[in-house]
Amino acid sequence: MRGTTADLDTAVRELARPVSYPVGTSPDRPDGPPKTKGEFAYSSDLWAQDMLWGRALRSPHPYARIRSLDIAAALAQPGVHAVLTHEDVPGRKTYGLLIPDQPVLAHDVVRFQGEPVALVAADHPETARRALDLIKVDYEPLEPVTDPEVSIAGTAPPLHPEGNIVAQLHIRHGDVAAASERADVTVTGTYELGMQDQAFLGPESGLALPSQDGGVELFIATQWLHADREQMAASLGLSPEKVRLTSAGIGGAFGGREDLSIQIHACLLALHTGRPIKMSYGREESFFGHVHRHPGRLEYEHGATRDGILTHVKARVVLDGGAYASTSREVIVVAATTAAGPYAVDHAEIDAYSTYTNNPPCGAMRGFGAVQSCFGYESQMDKLAAALDMDPVELRRRNVLPTGGKTPTGQVVDVPVPVRELLDQLEAMPLPPAENPDEERMRPGGVANTTHGEGVRRGVGYAVGFKNIGFSSGADDYSTARVRLSVSRGELTAEVHTAGLEVGQGLVVVQAQIARTELGVDHVLVLPADTQIGNAGSSSASRQSWLTGGAVQTTCAAVAAEVLERTAQRLGVNTDRCRLDAGQIVTAAGDFVASMVDIVADEPIELIREYHARKTTPLDANGQGDPHWAFAFAAHRAVVDVDVELGLVRVIELAVAQDVGKALNPKALEGQIEGGSAQGLGLALMEEIQVEDGCVRNPSFTDYLVPTILDVPPMRLAILELPTPHGPYGLNGAGEPPTISSTPAVVAAVRAATGMPLPRVPVRPTDIVEASLLT
Amino acid sequence: MRLECTVNDEARSLDGVWEGESLLYVLRERLGLPGSKNACEQGECGSCSVYVDGILACSCLVSAGQVHGARVITVEGLAEGDELHPIQRAFVEAGAVQCGFCTPGFVMVTHDLLAREASPTEPEIREALAGNLCRCTGYQKIVDAVQLAAKMLEEE
Repeated sequence: MRGTTADLDTAVRELARPVSYPVGTSPDRPDGPPKTKGEFAYSSDLWAQDMLWGRALRSPHPYARIRSLDIAAALAQPGVHAVLTHEDVPGRKTYGLLIPDQPVLAHDVVRFQGEPVALVAADHPETARRALDLIKVDYEPLEPVTDPEVSIAGTAPPLHPEGNIVAQLHIRHGDVAAASERADVTVTGTYELGMQDQAFLGPESGLALPSQDGGVELFIATQWLHADREQMAASLGLSPEKVRLTSAGIGGAFGGREDLSIQIHACLLALHTGRPIKMSYGREESFFGHVHRHPGRLEYEHGATRDGILTHVKARVVLDGGAYASTSREVIVVAATTAAGPYAVDHAEIDAYSTYTNNPPCGAMRGFGAVQSCFGYESQMDKLAAALDMDPVELRRRNVLPTGGKTPTGQVVDVPVPVRELLDQLEAMPLPPAENPDEERMRPGGVANTTHGEGVRRGVGYAVGFKNIGFSSGADDYSTARVRLSVSRGELTAEVHTAGLEVGQGLVVVQAQIARTELGVDHVLVLPADTQIGNAGSSSASRQSWLTGGAVQTTCAAVAAEVLERTAQRLGVNTDRCRLDAGQIVTAAGDFVASMVDIVADEPIELIREYHARKTTPLDANGQGDPHWAFAFAAHRAVVDVDVELGLVRVIELAVAQDVGKALNPKALEGQIEGGSAQGLGLALMEEIQVEDGCVRNPSFTDYLVPTILDVPPMRLAILELPTPHGPYGLNGAGEPPTISSTPAVVAAVRAATGMPLPRVPVRPTDIVEASLLT
Repeated sequence: MRLECTVNDEARSLDGVWEGESLLYVLRERLGLPGSKNACEQGECGSCSVYVDGILACSCLVSAGQVHGARVITVEGLAEGDELHPIQRAFVEAGAVQCGFCTPGFVMVTHDLLAREASPTEPEIREALAGNLCRCTGYQKIVDAVQLAAKMLEEE
């Protein structure tokens, strides 16, 4: 031990240093170095002694009856340890995030191409693959339902007992009939979006280990451990305590890991064989193994007075959810409630449907319904501006929803709506130079050298988007944190434990920054996320920095209060106005009171707290209610060059303005904005899962085009920090907004360059060329 | 089949390798080197990039038998000891690592680029890295990382 108390005080005071990397700075991520060295353990990198490989047999048909299933030949194959079918599911035969309508393994009927039918465990992945070929399934193909309008009309046989509509909303706000009489100009439009894939790079994968107590342990890449556990326990016929999940390294998510993939399958095989089971999809299987962004069709009518004030909006939104419900019930709530945009619209009629078909199942993807609506309403705002002969940015400025204004559901928006500020930021940015004639790589077609500049037209487009943050419609949205403050090897250490998943966004570093800020402790360990701690909700909906961040802040504040209380008792001093700073308890003026090491050393402080978002309500029969607890906003300006003869588009620059409330980690935040914007660009110009008669035509990265470094241009960012009144540190959710307005801004720029209506994304070269041939 | 090759300067000898296995599978599942990533299995994403006899290749497209007698360098072989290679340090410092699944591949292709061209222009960087996919970053910070790495290597 060190010397006397007096010496110690002096020593500590000398050693006291500002806590490094609090909130608002950009420390390096703790997982950065191992990720660059290839040492970070992703879910597909795991290995265990005596491990077997699991694989799923998937339906080749979008809709078929299963007449018979014969596994004998597969089971007899050397190296094969198990072949399982629906009969081997001990608990609930179905699962689902909101509605358990999806079979763990198909029985009687398959409802989409790629639906899992049987499972194999074998000692080599190739042995498993060959065993799948030996499973005899006698299918009777049925006529698939592929048109969501048929599902709405109810003219096809029901795919599920409740019929072919997952959810419908009918928002009635004001008096549209009367308001439309006041419109000097009315524009209508129908817009379509193809099916986008999350295309996270790390395939679905994990390792399941049977436990001695008859339970199972799963190391998994997922977005929501507790929702996984609940569904797994039900289907495995186990109590939740016997199903233990730990986050393995996650190679991106973007919504595609919110539903189950290998979870139940791997655990079934592990429990059946008594051996560790590794499952890891290849890219093709991944395309069939997770839900996608809903393809959409949106019909709009916008009216405005001659001076550009919106009179009314009518919208009909149809999102196809495919074979199973996934999150379609809530995606349609977001699409419907954002359908008028961040604008003051006193009179609106919005009808919205999500449907069942035999198309691939759709669910969560970054933007969650707001991407689809934004492409619709922003396309309409441009069309309306053209009809009014008004600058499209000016039209948007004139209609901004004011703070205190109401959305079409009657919800009062009590946070800043910085649409004018965002547009001002974008317009103030210089435009890129007209052309760089020496750099053919910057032209449409790039090094393919398809043009020397002839036929190339420049276009500029703007768009604004918004979305709710977190879970809606009355859900209790919350997260949980455990914080333990102790002295370890003489060093004050804070351990932070949550189930909030690090999917790439940087939650792991933000949690540490919050603990450093609140506790004045330099050494913070963020423990792996698992189910040993309470629910964190999912890493989705732009919610984790707010809710898990809020839970860490709340818990740290409680720990800090305990430190002060203990200090007061032990030293007999009043600590009411004291705070923790750089390892010390100090007075409000900053004078030393005690060393935290002394207060904590003999007895660590450990607390668990929850942080809950504000209450929301479900929508009533007229689509009225307060379904959302927060809103976030972003805007984009896109500059494109289009080779109108070949239909090739080059995005020259993408500028983004976003209000984030407070940037907890500016570098991570920039990464979110840049990455989100790139995904919106992809939807605008190239990304689509092509589905014909219910079958996917392009399940590979050769045929499904993800933007490369040549497709994504340099980005200019303007990050506003207008404090959100009820957010921790004033922060707002930030992950999704950049994906929302990016797509319509890029398409607006292409329209400006070509003069073509382009009502569908992704805009294909043929859309531009064929339209130009018609004009 | 029996496979003999040098991986990260270490002679390796493997028995019972199935002829259909890719170099990627051998590295990940037989040699315990999972740094090379499996993301597309068809050479579209670059996440499994390694050097085979000094030439950058997608290891998912190289069959195991092709590397018999060859010298393979993977992302695990770039750093010396616990120290990061300057390129790895640059990726961390520039904020070019999010989920990180693409990072080993980008580190390898950057290593290859900077060995050929010590101070590439931005268009040269983008062209050299066009065979690698990243879904998280929008590539801006990856461009920053390559520029930072070039500077770090120059200063060394």
